[in-house]
Amino acid sequence: MVFTSAAVAARAHLPAGWLIAALALLFQIGNASAAGPEVANFTLPNGLEVVVIPDHRTAVVTHMIWYKVGSADETPGKSGLAHFFEHLMFKGTAKNPAGRFSQTLATIGGQENAFTTADYTAYFQRIAKEYLPLVMEFEADRMTGLVLTDENVLPERDVVLEEFNMRVANSPDARIGEQVAAALFLNHPYGRPVIGWRQEIEKLDREDALAFYRRFYTPNNAVVVVAGDVTGAEVKALTEKTYGKVARVAEVPSRLRPQEPIPVAVRQLTMADARVAQPSLQRSYLVPSASTAKPGESEALEILAQAFGAGETSRLYRALVVEKRIATGAGGWYQGTALDETRFGVYASPLPGVTFATVEAAIDAVIAEIAQSGITAAEFERAKTRLIADAVYAADNQATMARWYGAALTSGGSVEKVSSWPARLRAVTPEAVQNAARTWLDKRRSVTGYLVKELPGNQEKRS
Amino acid sequence: MSPALRHCLPRAVLGAFVLVGALTAYPFSAGATKIERIVSPGGLTAWLVREPSVPLIAFDFAFKGGATQDPSEKPGVATMAAALLDEGAGDIDSQSFHERLEAKAIEIGFTATRDYVSGSLRTLTENQDEAFDLLKLALTAPRFDADDVERIREQTLSGLRRATTSPNELASQRWWATAFAGHPYARPPRGTLESVPAITAQDLRAFVRKILARDNLKIAIVGNIDAAAAGTLIDRVFGSLPAQSALSPVASASPQGLGQKIAIDLDVPQSVLIIGGAGILRKDPDFVAAFVLNHVLGGSAFSSRLYKEVREARGLAYSVYSAVMPLDYTALFLSGTATRTDRTDQALEVMQAEIRKLAETGPTEEELAKAKSFLTGSYALRFDTSTKIAEQLVQIQLEDLGIDYIDKRNGLVDAVTMADVKRVAKRLLEANMLITVVGKPQVLPAVGKSQSPPAKGG
Repeated sequence: MVFTSAAVAARAHLPAGWLIAALALLFQIGNASAAGPEVANFTLPNGLEVVVIPDHRTAVVTHMIWYKVGSADETPGKSGLAHFFEHLMFKGTAKNPAGRFSQTLATIGGQENAFTTADYTAYFQRIAKEYLPLVMEFEADRMTGLVLTDENVLPERDVVLEEFNMRVANSPDARIGEQVAAALFLNHPYGRPVIGWRQEIEKLDREDALAFYRRFYTPNNAVVVVAGDVTGAEVKALTEKTYGKVARVAEVPSRLRPQEPIPVAVRQLTMADARVAQPSLQRSYLVPSASTAKPGESEALEILAQAFGAGETSRLYRALVVEKRIATGAGGWYQGTALDETRFGVYASPLPGVTFATVEAAIDAVIAEIAQSGITAAEFERAKTRLIADAVYAADNQATMARWYGAALTSGGSVEKVSSWPARLRAVTPEAVQNAARTWLDKRRSVTGYLVKELPGNQEKRS
Repeated sequence: MSPALRHCLPRAVLGAFVLVGALTAYPFSAGATKIERIVSPGGLTAWLVREPSVPLIAFDFAFKGGATQDPSEKPGVATMAAALLDEGAGDIDSQSFHERLEAKAIEIGFTATRDYVSGSLRTLTENQDEAFDLLKLALTAPRFDADDVERIREQTLSGLRRATTSPNELASQRWWATAFAGHPYARPPRGTLESVPAITAQDLRAFVRKILARDNLKIAIVGNIDAAAAGTLIDRVFGSLPAQSALSPVASASPQGLGQKIAIDLDVPQSVLIIGGAGILRKDPDFVAAFVLNHVLGGSAFSSRLYKEVREARGLAYSVYSAVMPLDYTALFLSGTATRTDRTDQALEVMQAEIRKLAETGPTEEELAKAKSFLTGSYALRFDTSTKIAEQLVQIQLEDLGIDYIDKRNGLVDAVTMADVKRVAKRLLEANMLITVVGKPQVLPAVGKSQSPPAKGG
C-alpha cells in the first residue's frame, strides 16, 4: 500500500519508552533468564553520557553516538545545516584522513550510517564485538578532529541537493508535508524541513559547517549508546580510553527554541502538483510531546493515536475505508518523542469521485465522537496491549533498542523516564484518552493540507 | 523502525539489494545458534532454531509460485490474494479477525513476490495457540468477502495510480516489461490499472488452491520451542493444505532488449535511470564470485567504485547501487541512480565507464581482499535477531542451498580468486545492457547511443 509520508512516519514511530517496557516484559513473561540484561548508564568526567544495553545472543554490537543537535537548533537562514553537517562528518580528520573510517568498516564487515532529525543527529556502526574499541576510537577522533576543505565540502553539498531532489522535489507527498508543517508551526523551528529549504541549502559552506561543529560537537553534548554482546563494565573501560580523552570544546548549547503561541486559527492549504495521480489530505494538530506534556498526557495521546488511527481496526479506518467507503486509506499518528510541542497527524486518500469535504466531515465526526463519548473498553485494551507488546518485539532487535534510548535521551528524556514508561502507560485511563481528544484535537490547533493535481480554478478555465 | 522517520535522513538509501545468499558462519557458527531440521508427524519439513532468551516466536514460510503464476491476462492476482489472506477466514469476518490479532498483539502478514508467496507470524510465546489457529484459518479458509475484495482492490488501484507519476516505478516497470516481453516476469506483480479491476474472488480462490500446498512450502521457526512442539504446530497450520501444488510451468528467460536505451518523459527535477543485463544464476558455480565482484562495483554502501565516482567525487547523486539478482527463472545484473536532470548524461557515462573498466581489468587485489573481508565479517549481522534468522532460513531453503550453507558460506566467499572475479567480470559486465531513463524530455540523453561493447557468450 502506498501512504503519504506522514503515514509512513507514523508506522515507523515508536516512543522510546517502549524499550524499557520491552525489557520489563521480558522478565515478567516467565523467561528463563531471570537476571536478564541490565541497562547501564553513566557519564564520563567530560560530560559524555553512555548507555549500555546488553544482548548476548550474537557476538555483534550496535554502536551509536547521538548529538543533541537537530535542524531545530540551526540558526535562522541556515536551514539544512544540521543534516548537511552530518554528511560532512564522513570527510576525515588529520589523524584519519578521508575514507579511512569507512574503508576500515568496509574491510571488517561493519555497517554504518547516520541520520538527522529536528532534535538530534546520530551516527552508528554495526560490527563484530571485537571491533568496538576500534570504532570508538574513530568516532571519538571525529568528534572534534574533522578537517573540512572546499574540495570536500562543495561536492557533498551537491549530493545533499540530490538527496533533496529524491526525497522532496520528486515527491508531491513530501512537498505537501513540508507545507503543512511550515504552516502549523508559527514560531517554532519545527516548521523548517530537516533537509532545509533549497535556496538555503545551496548557500551553505565550509564556514557555516565549522561554526556549527564548534558549537555543537563536544562530548558534553553527546550520548553514546552501545547495544549487543557487551557489559556495562566493558563499555565503561572502553569509553574512558577513547571518548574520555576528548576535551570539551564548548558549553552545553542552549536548546531554548522559540515556542508556539496558543493556536487560534483553523488553517487550510491546497497544493497542486501535476504529478498527483491520487489526491490526499493530511492534517496536523499542535499537541504536547513526551517532554512538554503534563504527567499522563503524552501517554494518553499515544493510546489515542493507536485506537484512533493505527491499522485496520482503528476508528478512522473503520469509518472511512470500511463503513462509509469514501477513502482508499486513512490513519493517524502521534510523534511523542520530541523536545518541544509536537504533532498529531491524520491522513486520508479519497476514493475517486469523493470530495475532500465528504472525507473531512467523516474525519471530524470520528474525532467528535471520541471527544464526546471516548473509546470503548475493548479499543482501549487493544491499544494498550499493542503498545506494550510492540516493545517486546523491539527487544528482539539490538539496533532498535539502541535507537529508542538514543532518541529519548536527545529529545528531553532520560533513562529514568524511559524506565517508567510501562507503569505510566498502565496508569492511563479511558477518561484521559477522551480528554486528550477533546483538549488537543481541536481544529483551531490544526492545519489541513489538500494535495491535488490541479487547482479547481485552473481546471475550469481549461475545460 | 526509526524514531520519527519523517525527519530522518539516512546518508544513503540503496535500491534493490539482493540477499545474496544467506550467509554465515563467523560468530554465528561460534556456538549459540544451531539449526535443526525437523520433520513433523504429518511429514512436513521445517528448520528450527531454539532461542530461549526471547519470549517471542518468529515463524516464516514461503510457497514457491508467486506473481509468475498470475493468469496471463490478469497480473496482480497473487498480490491481491496475499493482501486478502488476513482479511477474514473461516467464520471470522475481516474486522473480527483483525481484532483478535490485535487483542494479543499477534502479527500475521503475507507478501507475493515474482517467484513465491511468503508469510510471517510474530507472537509472544504465551499467545502461540491463538496465533497459530488464526494463521491456519487464514491459509486454509480465507473468505474473500466481496466488501473486503473491493476495499483491497481500491487500495491497490490507489497505489497504481500513484505509480503512474513515480519516476522509480516507471523506470523499473519499463525495464522489466522490455527485458521480459512475453514472459511472466514482464508483468508488474502488483498488476495494472486495467487488470486489477477485472480480478474476481474466483480468481483469488483459484490462485490459493493452486499455490498454497505442502509440496512447495519452506518453513522456519525461531523461538523457545522444541522439535516435538514445533512439529505439532506445523501440522496444525499446514496439515490440511493439499499435498500437491498446481504450478503452471514457467520458461527460463534471458533479458531482452540489451543495447537499447529507452527514455520516458516525466517532468521531474531528478531523473531516475536503470542499467541492467543478464546475471548469473544462484546455482551457477560463478555466482559467489559475481556477488563478490558486485560488492566492489556498487554493492558496498560507502566504498564501492560507483559510490566513489558518482557520488563522492562528482556529487551527481545521493544514491547509486548495483546488485546481482538471481530469480527462479532468470538472473540479472541491475544498477541504478537518481540524478539531476541536467547531468543525467554525465551520470550514465560515469556509471557505464566504471562498469566497462571493471569488466576489462577486474578489481585490484586490495579491492578483492576488502570485499571478501567485508562480506565474511558482516555475515553475522544478518542473524542478530530472531526475526532476521527466520527470514534467512526461509531464503536459504528457497534457494535450495542446504542446511549446512550457513557454515559453508564464508568459506565459499574466501575461496573466490582473482581469476574467478576477472572471469565473472567479463561474463557479467562486458555484455550489452538495457537502459531505462525517466526524466524531463528536453534533457534526456539521445536514444540509442549504446556504449557497451558487443555481448559475449555466457
